[in-house]
Amino acid sequence: MTNKVTSAVMRDGLRVLGVAIRAEKLVFTAAVLASGLYGGMTVASAWALGWATENVVLPSFESGDVTSAALWTGVLFIVGTAVLKAIGVAGRRIWAGTMQYNMQARSRRDVTKQYLRLPLSWHHRHPTGQLLSNASSDAEAAWAPLAPLPMAVGVIVMLITAAVAMVITDPVLALVGFLIFPAIAVLNLVYQRRLSPLATHAQQLRAEVSEIAHESFDGALVVKTLGREELETERFQNRAHRLRDANIAVGRVRGLFDPLLEALPTLGVLAVLAVGGMRLSSNAITSGELVQVAYLFTLLAFPIRALGWVLGELPRAVVGWRRVQDVLEASGSMEYGEAELKGAQPATLEVDGLTYAYEEGREVLHGVSFTVAAGRTVALVGPTGSGKSTLIQTLVRLVDPHEGVVRLDGVDLTEIAYGGIADTVALVPQQTFLFDDTVRGNVTLGLRIDDQDVWAALRLAQADGFVSRLGDGLNTRVGERGTTLSGGQRQRLALARAVVRRPRLLVLDDATSSVDPQVEARILTGLRDASATVVVVAYRMATIALADEVVYLEHGRVVDRGPHDELLTRCGGYRNLVTAYEREEAERAAIEADEEEEISA
Amino acid sequence: MSTSIVKDNERSALATIRRGLSLTPEFRKGLAVTLMLAVVATVGKIIVPIAVQQTIDSGIKNGTPDVGYIVQAVSWCALAVLLTALAGYLMNVRLYRATESSLATLRIRGFRHVHDLSVLTQNTERRGALVSRVTNDVDQISTFMQWGGLMIIVAFGQLLVATVLMFVYSWQLTLLVWACFIPLMIALPRFQRWLSSAYTIVRERTGDMLSAVSESVVGAAVIRSHSSEQRTAERIDAAVEGNRRAQLRAQKIVAFVFPLTEIVAAVAIAGIVLLGVRLGLSGGITQGQLIGFLFLVTLFVSPLQIATEVLNEAQNAVAGWRRILGVLDTPPDVADPGDEGVALPRGPISVAFEDVHFAYPGGSPVLREVTLEIPPRTRIAVVGETGSGKTTFAKLLTRLMDPVAGRVTVDGADLREVRFSSLRERIVMVPQDGFLFDGSLAENIRYGRPDATDAEIALALTELGLADWLDGLPAGLATPVGQRGESLSAGERQLVALARAYLADPDLLLLDEATSAVDPATEVRLARALEGVTRGRTAISIAHRLSTAENADEVLVFDSGRLVQRGPHASLVEEDGVYADLHASWISAARS
Repeated sequence: MTNKVTSAVMRDGLRVLGVAIRAEKLVFTAAVLASGLYGGMTVASAWALGWATENVVLPSFESGDVTSAALWTGVLFIVGTAVLKAIGVAGRRIWAGTMQYNMQARSRRDVTKQYLRLPLSWHHRHPTGQLLSNASSDAEAAWAPLAPLPMAVGVIVMLITAAVAMVITDPVLALVGFLIFPAIAVLNLVYQRRLSPLATHAQQLRAEVSEIAHESFDGALVVKTLGREELETERFQNRAHRLRDANIAVGRVRGLFDPLLEALPTLGVLAVLAVGGMRLSSNAITSGELVQVAYLFTLLAFPIRALGWVLGELPRAVVGWRRVQDVLEASGSMEYGEAELKGAQPATLEVDGLTYAYEEGREVLHGVSFTVAAGRTVALVGPTGSGKSTLIQTLVRLVDPHEGVVRLDGVDLTEIAYGGIADTVALVPQQTFLFDDTVRGNVTLGLRIDDQDVWAALRLAQADGFVSRLGDGLNTRVGERGTTLSGGQRQRLALARAVVRRPRLLVLDDATSSVDPQVEARILTGLRDASATVVVVAYRMATIALADEVVYLEHGRVVDRGPHDELLTRCGGYRNLVTAYEREEAERAAIEADEEEEISA
Repeated sequence: MSTSIVKDNERSALATIRRGLSLTPEFRKGLAVTLMLAVVATVGKIIVPIAVQQTIDSGIKNGTPDVGYIVQAVSWCALAVLLTALAGYLMNVRLYRATESSLATLRIRGFRHVHDLSVLTQNTERRGALVSRVTNDVDQISTFMQWGGLMIIVAFGQLLVATVLMFVYSWQLTLLVWACFIPLMIALPRFQRWLSSAYTIVRERTGDMLSAVSESVVGAAVIRSHSSEQRTAERIDAAVEGNRRAQLRAQKIVAFVFPLTEIVAAVAIAGIVLLGVRLGLSGGITQGQLIGFLFLVTLFVSPLQIATEVLNEAQNAVAGWRRILGVLDTPPDVADPGDEGVALPRGPISVAFEDVHFAYPGGSPVLREVTLEIPPRTRIAVVGETGSGKTTFAKLLTRLMDPVAGRVTVDGADLREVRFSSLRERIVMVPQDGFLFDGSLAENIRYGRPDATDAEIALALTELGLADWLDGLPAGLATPVGQRGESLSAGERQLVALARAYLADPDLLLLDEATSAVDPATEVRLARALEGVTRGRTAISIAHRLSTAENADEVLVFDSGRLVQRGPHASLVEEDGVYADLHASWISAARS
């Protein structure tokens, strides 16, 4: 790392601290005042000890007598400064913590609000793991220096007070301090600078080790069925050994600097004693003053390291802060219009010239157009990878097309007010997602819907049977991402979630693929009676046959559209796809017939 | 049958640590030398009080300091400080090397053992909890060993040498100092309990917050399509706020306990001055010793200030140890007989089930009285409604689980006696959910046979009739599949999983609805290709399509955990029974 980069990091780091100080002015002021009290009282406690030595201990040994007034004054000084110092420490810690945790919570709230605001296309570009760490570890790292910051400010107060106290006591002894304390501060800064990249590297490896374990345990079935335990262990071991080596490297730096940082102030005290001895012999100072300075050295040795902690944390904080900032500054949130959609009738849907690409130049939809009249059911059919799921996402405005328009009841989706689409359209996606909540919570998603309607929706989705058999019925928690339910059960809950809203347009993206064919047939028959326009992605003939019309896609283009029977006769690709099973059966029957003929011949 | 991970809370903390250490020889090796170095490093702490005492008592004779003596004494002390620092350095490096090496071993053993546990045992815990047994839990042990554990040794050493030196100076003052600190020491475990429960709450709230945030990210599409941003934001805000409050509460406890020691120390110092002066008058102590005492008291402060944190860490480390030992102490209920087991020669496989029963622990039977034989080279289709026991049948055949009663044999050998290396080579299952690892397509397919070349992989795909699909991918075999394969569609993931199993070249291929998410045209192509490539092998498909059953030599029909019908499609379809009903519903689903 060049010096230029480092100074840029430091400048950014100070800016991060500035942001926090401005945001939490009062708390910061309180923390700094408490820390100042702590700093001042630390020096004062050394002074109290020196005072007691000079005015109580030494006179009593010399005179063989002790004045009770001086004795009790000494006791008062010692205990009083300690109590004030303790109050300072407690206040500093509480307010520093308040500031740090407030800022963390603020960043977390801002970041997650931004996640909810940004369009799905933005989410597609960012891996889940990264978004999670932006909100957790990055928000934490960004504000980590706030914990030692007030102490560092207090230490500066302490150092100035100590410097003044030492210069007043004896300028020559003060000189020893002026050599030792900056040396401690610099040594600690070097320490933190050298430790920081190593610690970051170890942290990174720790995350990687955890990722491997996660992935490997998630894929346990594959690991087992292919007998790859040994291979997986090697993969894990490899990374675990790198983590071990990284931690040992951290240990080597700690091992070197920690004893040095302990030794340096001790050497300082010894230097004070040597120099102090000479000063005593020339009567420049008293024994009490010598004790005071020596004691001050032992007290200052530890707190002075707080400066290094703040500076050492800064590079990591800057990285965390920049990551958080990247999220907060991301643009492209969806704009909503003013139009309201009214009515209880099934909606009409018009798709006009849609074009969409995830990456520049690789379009997955080209000029897709079709209309669905109110109350009709349209099946979207096409081979794997033909753009069906992307098309579905534009229909409910999860993403906006690059070209073309989608209209609901004649209104451009982009002109509809926020929430208007969700009130009208319900999507059941291919990949079911359940919240860690009850069955009821997963169906209603917070809407006020009475249980009767929830059960009606579950019935329509053929989910009432298994839900009533669950331990707590609607109140059963479905657990982490719905893992306690089977794939088919999850899909049926997702379907119930959609129909409970009484959508005027229902969009099903291969949403019953894990459901038994018999159950699926019952669901689809039920849906015909729900008064909604339906767009359904399907492979199964039974599903397709329920549609009034089929839109057949290939490579992101509408190849043909019309009733199923018509497409069968005029569209080769469509026929090829949906009759694959039948043709196969027929061919085999023919072969068998041939074979039989051969045998009989 | 042991099916859940051992919850070992019975074992005492000491016994846990002893057992933990017995598993990590790297840690014990050379520990004596490391501890000796730690003692030397600790002695460095009393150099300052001694130097102060010497300077004042011996250096200041009758008010005229002996500068020569002071400089000499200080120089010796400085040398001692440097030596103790050196000892500290050596001790640290040794300690880090020993703990990191031993914990890496423990981590790897734990990881391996998790994979050795049966699917059933693994499923008794959430994935995250299982992962944390080989990550965070081990980290906690390491933090303790490198900081907390060391601090306990240093603190004891520091208190001990300080007390010894104090006794040399004055036994009365020593008693006074201890009298001041003992109440604090008695209160410490209580403080630690407060702190520990506060930290437990922090961890729980952090978990809540992470899962709330995670839902907002993973469920982004659902949240948007139902406009539940507001509700989600409220949930997250509540979780974030809960976490903030919990952190602050823990911080307040620390802020209260930490400075308490300073006040106690100040009381002790004041007491020393009060009592010491009187002792000095009676000649019981010199002025240098008295002042040395004041410095010695500071040695009591830091061990007690960090004691609550150290105790807390110790508790966490013991808990961490319990969790990792819990894994290692759980015997794999589906154990590999290893080298003592039978190795099956290569060639087509025959399978037999002899009165096999299976039930999940504490659950009702899911498979009952299943007896069947599958001759080599046959193509079998297994059909039945959801919950009829098809998948259980597959799991027993691949020995992901063992039957509760009865036995499963392959080529006449009891499955339990076949060594895993041989079993996994010969019988391969393709599960419904084709799990992929984050990497390229080639890496994922090569998972089936680690030494396969790219050409062999491409050839395997071609043999499966997937060459067109491969050509359509942007980067061919180098296409990244993303985490858990999420960059591919569900159907494409199944294609990769199938290719992976095919490349492994098993003698028995078992497909558990392995192509359910693939489009019909591709599926038919695949089925045809599979027919070709499995010729001469035994093949079992759990079927959800009519054509699979029609193509099979024999169909096994399961209903409510029993094998109710078996025979070729043509004859089964003529009989009244479960199969005829299933067949009718397939026909209507395909042609209505």
